[in-house]
Amino acid sequence: MNTGAAMKEEAKRQAAAGETVLVAENLTRHYPVGGGLFQKAAVLKALDGASFELQRGRTLAVVGESGCGKSTLARLVTMIEAPSSGSLIIGGEDVARLDRTERARLRPKVQIVFQNPYGSLNPRQRIGAALEEPLLVNTDLDAAERRRRAMAMMENVGLRPEHYNRYPHMFSGGQRQRIAIARALMLDPDILVLDEPVSALDLSIQAQVLNLLVDLQERLNLAYLFISHDLSVVRYIADTVMVMYLGRPVEHGPAAEVFSTPAHPYTQALLSATPVADPDHVSERIILKGEMPSPIAPPPGCPFNPRCPKAFDRCAQDIPRLHPQGDGRAVSCHLYD
Amino acid sequence: MSDITSAEPIDSRDAGRLALLAEFWRYFSENRGAVIGLCFFSLIVLLAVFADLIAPYGPTEQFRDAFLAPPVWQEGGDWRFILGTDAVGRDMLSRLIYGSRFSLFVGVIVVSLSLFVGIIIGMIAGYAGGWLDTAVMRVMDIILAFPSLLLALALVAILGPSLINAMIAIAIVQQPHYVRLTRAAVMGEKSKDYVTAARVAGVRPLRLMFITILPNCLSPLIVQAALSFSTAILDAAALGFLGMGAQPPTPEWGTMLAEAREFILRAWWVVTFPGVAILLTVLAINLMGDGLRDALDPKLRRS
Repeated sequence: MNTGAAMKEEAKRQAAAGETVLVAENLTRHYPVGGGLFQKAAVLKALDGASFELQRGRTLAVVGESGCGKSTLARLVTMIEAPSSGSLIIGGEDVARLDRTERARLRPKVQIVFQNPYGSLNPRQRIGAALEEPLLVNTDLDAAERRRRAMAMMENVGLRPEHYNRYPHMFSGGQRQRIAIARALMLDPDILVLDEPVSALDLSIQAQVLNLLVDLQERLNLAYLFISHDLSVVRYIADTVMVMYLGRPVEHGPAAEVFSTPAHPYTQALLSATPVADPDHVSERIILKGEMPSPIAPPPGCPFNPRCPKAFDRCAQDIPRLHPQGDGRAVSCHLYD
Repeated sequence: MSDITSAEPIDSRDAGRLALLAEFWRYFSENRGAVIGLCFFSLIVLLAVFADLIAPYGPTEQFRDAFLAPPVWQEGGDWRFILGTDAVGRDMLSRLIYGSRFSLFVGVIVVSLSLFVGIIIGMIAGYAGGWLDTAVMRVMDIILAFPSLLLALALVAILGPSLINAMIAIAIVQQPHYVRLTRAAVMGEKSKDYVTAARVAGVRPLRLMFITILPNCLSPLIVQAALSFSTAILDAAALGFLGMGAQPPTPEWGTMLAEAREFILRAWWVVTFPGVAILLTVLAINLMGDGLRDALDPKLRRS
């Protein structure tokens, strides 16, 4: 048993970092809102066409302000909800074509860590039981082996063995987030969706948890889908960045390029709002006017045009497509057509 | 120092449970009424359990020489019958002590029956949602729309008068409260992240409902169970009084009241004591239930 597990782990480590484990094509998710007996329901386009790939050992960060579809994306990727259209291919299998049992078999490959560590752990469940539950329902390991694995995982994420029998309310936020990460890793997933995993923690704890995540990614060769609105965190952890606005990706490319020379006006505005730890740095803040429009009634043309400082006539008419640029990035803006 | 390190590791499993219990007791004992209620209720439970040892006579044993004997402290009272005798010469005290068994029996059965069924129906309605939820809740609304005693009376009339049928009728009448409470609690918990996390980990709906969600919905249900325990006793007594519950010569308190009705002017003790017994028991349980609610509901806690 042990050698089998060790061999599996070794094989996984040898699998080339960079192997594609998830491909999303044009994912959309629309929700009907309102509507009643005499009124047609409106359509809320929470996510409107997102395409990306996740690779082993790499991190794709999704950034954007609240309401831009980040969390909807997380729900689609973890198969909590089915996309309205578009395809999601996990480990070479198209999720939409699978039936219920096959989808259940695919579930363990994608796990999730939530933003709020106070809501993501069952208050009536001991830590040990919480960690063993995924094994209990998915495998037929015996109790001793489950316990051994839970203990090993607790050590992996920096928890002590005596925490095994404690309840969640006895832990701090950072420790709870470690528990949530441990639980997500119990099934040996390929992909970990991190839905703002550190934004509820204070700064010193954020750094600890981020380091733990980086360390785990190296050791277990995981693909991360890292959702955040905190650009300094993203800059630290991401390999690739996808910037979203109103359910659509506006810029997508390697983190280094996006951060050094942001192309889309929205990305420029976002980056100008991030503080830089350099006293000589003169930041030109681009201040956006107005609020994010409602996704129920998006503005015609480019969804960003009412707030864009560089908007011109065409922006209010055509919806820009995501155009690949020379340096491996794609921008959806008429300035770069 | 070495003492500390060599000391037995504390089993945090027991420690956690004990700490929770201690905290619960701290909040509960702040409420004096609740503690008094608990004491009185414990007394009733002891009386019911040890009725054979405590009661001076059997519940149906007749003394032909003492019909309607008054309590000891009244003129003509007899030390053999501390609370007097009824119209056919049965000792009131013994009958009251045995009667506590029926009251507790009614409470326990009715509450567990409606709790059990209510949790299952409420859980399914709250978890599934949609048309199933709507259909179930409309049926519950219809049951709630009837005055509860009237509905129970009608049900007993259909089923036939007996203590068991009365209990079934009361359980059906109380049912919707549990369904509503469970449904509301489940709907609140269902969308929380820990439930989603369990679902992503592959936990199946049945386990999700009863092992993940249910333990987090229990506190309002416990309170409702404690409070409706007294309602059940009261309703059973009312049905007994109307001749639809326990049948004579069962020493059920409501039935005793009904039997003694005609002597209300001649022999006050035959009517008063069963009534006082019902009153005190119901009062004690209500006080206890209130204390339980305050102790279990963190929003009502002062601190």
